[in-house]
Amino acid sequence: MLKITCPCCGERDYTEFRYGSDASKPRPPLASDDRKAWHDYVFLFDNPKGPHREFWQHVLGCRQWLVLERNTATNIVGASRPAREIAGK
Amino acid sequence: MLRLVMLRPAHRPAGLPRLSNRYSVFSLARHALSPDKPWPRAWRSPEPKSSYDVIIVGGGGHGLATAYYLAANHGITNVAVIERSYIGSGNVGRNTTIIRSNYMLGGNTAFFEHSLKLWEGLSHTLNFNAMVSHRGQVVLAHSPSQLDVQSRRGNIMRLNGIDAELLDRGEVMKTLPYLDYSPEARFPIWGALLQRRAGTVRHDAVAWGYARAASNLGVDIIENCEVTGFVVQDGRVSGVETSRGRILAEKTGIAVAGHSSHVAAMAGLRIPIESHVLQAFVSEPIKPLVHHVVSFGAELFYLSQSDKGGLVFGGHIDGFNTYTQRGQFPKVQSVAECAVSLIPCVSRLRLLRHWGGIMDMTPDGSPFIGRTPLRNFYFNGGWCYQGFKATPASGWCFAHTIAHDEEHEFNRDFRLDRFEAGREMDEHGSGNWTYKQ
Repeated sequence: MLKITCPCCGERDYTEFRYGSDASKPRPPLASDDRKAWHDYVFLFDNPKGPHREFWQHVLGCRQWLVLERNTATNIVGASRPAREIAGK
Repeated sequence: MLRLVMLRPAHRPAGLPRLSNRYSVFSLARHALSPDKPWPRAWRSPEPKSSYDVIIVGGGGHGLATAYYLAANHGITNVAVIERSYIGSGNVGRNTTIIRSNYMLGGNTAFFEHSLKLWEGLSHTLNFNAMVSHRGQVVLAHSPSQLDVQSRRGNIMRLNGIDAELLDRGEVMKTLPYLDYSPEARFPIWGALLQRRAGTVRHDAVAWGYARAASNLGVDIIENCEVTGFVVQDGRVSGVETSRGRILAEKTGIAVAGHSSHVAAMAGLRIPIESHVLQAFVSEPIKPLVHHVVSFGAELFYLSQSDKGGLVFGGHIDGFNTYTQRGQFPKVQSVAECAVSLIPCVSRLRLLRHWGGIMDMTPDGSPFIGRTPLRNFYFNGGWCYQGFKATPASGWCFAHTIAHDEEHEFNRDFRLDRFEAGREMDEHGSGNWTYKQ
């Protein structure tokens, strides 16, 4: 069982969380009308085989969004941080 | 045909490979009578040449089918299929073997129906018994509104010339007597949509059959040769770098679903795909019970029975991206719950085998077959759950696209740039989430 450490609640089974995709992509400014930038942000993925930084939401716990380091080639889970700490960075 | 079979090796015309022998009752008898001579390899194992007209990266079902149709339909025989491992080692041998064409969206119906038609004649086309079994697929409805939705799907299929029949509860009870029809059933059965031409195919035979047929037409199948890069100059791809050296090609296509992002990135492309693991299961063998492919309506779950007697079933992806070919246990539990909810009598069966395969998941659940931003470079991938049933049409369309540098009518909606054009192919209506398709 994959275990994820929630910054609020501590270590829990991954089934309490919902995956929310790649967290490494910079989101365009909300006022931006650059369609290409929005397309790339929403639809394109690096999808690396190795270290990956991704969003998860603790839906069956505190419901906070977090950013998790995980290796997609091994599923070894690293550190997690509240998503708001890195929002827009 | 008969003459070829009866030819002795010494009299075989020069240049005609030994492997051009057709499989037939005569060749079977000949080998039965001379047990000291083993059957020859089904396809040649050549050294790679320095250049080809077309290189296909990926020796799975789709890559081999592409090579076969390039040779058979377009006369392009100077083709190499480059496979990192051995033929049959990837998803073509790791799926649940189901074929069907019960799609609703315009771009999908014609494509998947074309695929089903190619399946129907495949064993004869390839001279290889793919054990195509049209046992029918029954998609269950568990509420009146779900039955309405099934009825709409069936109607759209029929308008597209695809067979579909709506079954009421009584007809489902007669067809599938082992389901849970009790008053306590958590998901009561109101009816179902049946496609009789749907069914199963022996998946290994598909890989072997296409490999042998392509090889007989002159295609070089190069196993244990990993592509490590592409030769790219001025926006044009002119070959591949491999673990066995550089091989040049006029045109290059990739068909490596599961690792599409990984391979496309070698050519500098970012594509709309995330890789997810999908688990599949086989129970211990039992006497014939399930004579169709049965799809649950309350969850993504489907089940059939193999010729060896094992129940073959699968569910949804685990839900997060990974390249590890192993699944998480909670999904094993939820899939088993679906099985028992639908067919209570299987509750004491033991699982014999269980495995995970890596899927290219796309934001809209539909695949890509087409040109790329790089010239002479073509992409086939993003198959989500639909790769196996699409194998013949995928190869057929990809071969056309490569030969003519243009998409065929059947795959024109599977373009890599469809999201930029606002032309999502969202068959399930589940939105732009790779992990929800």
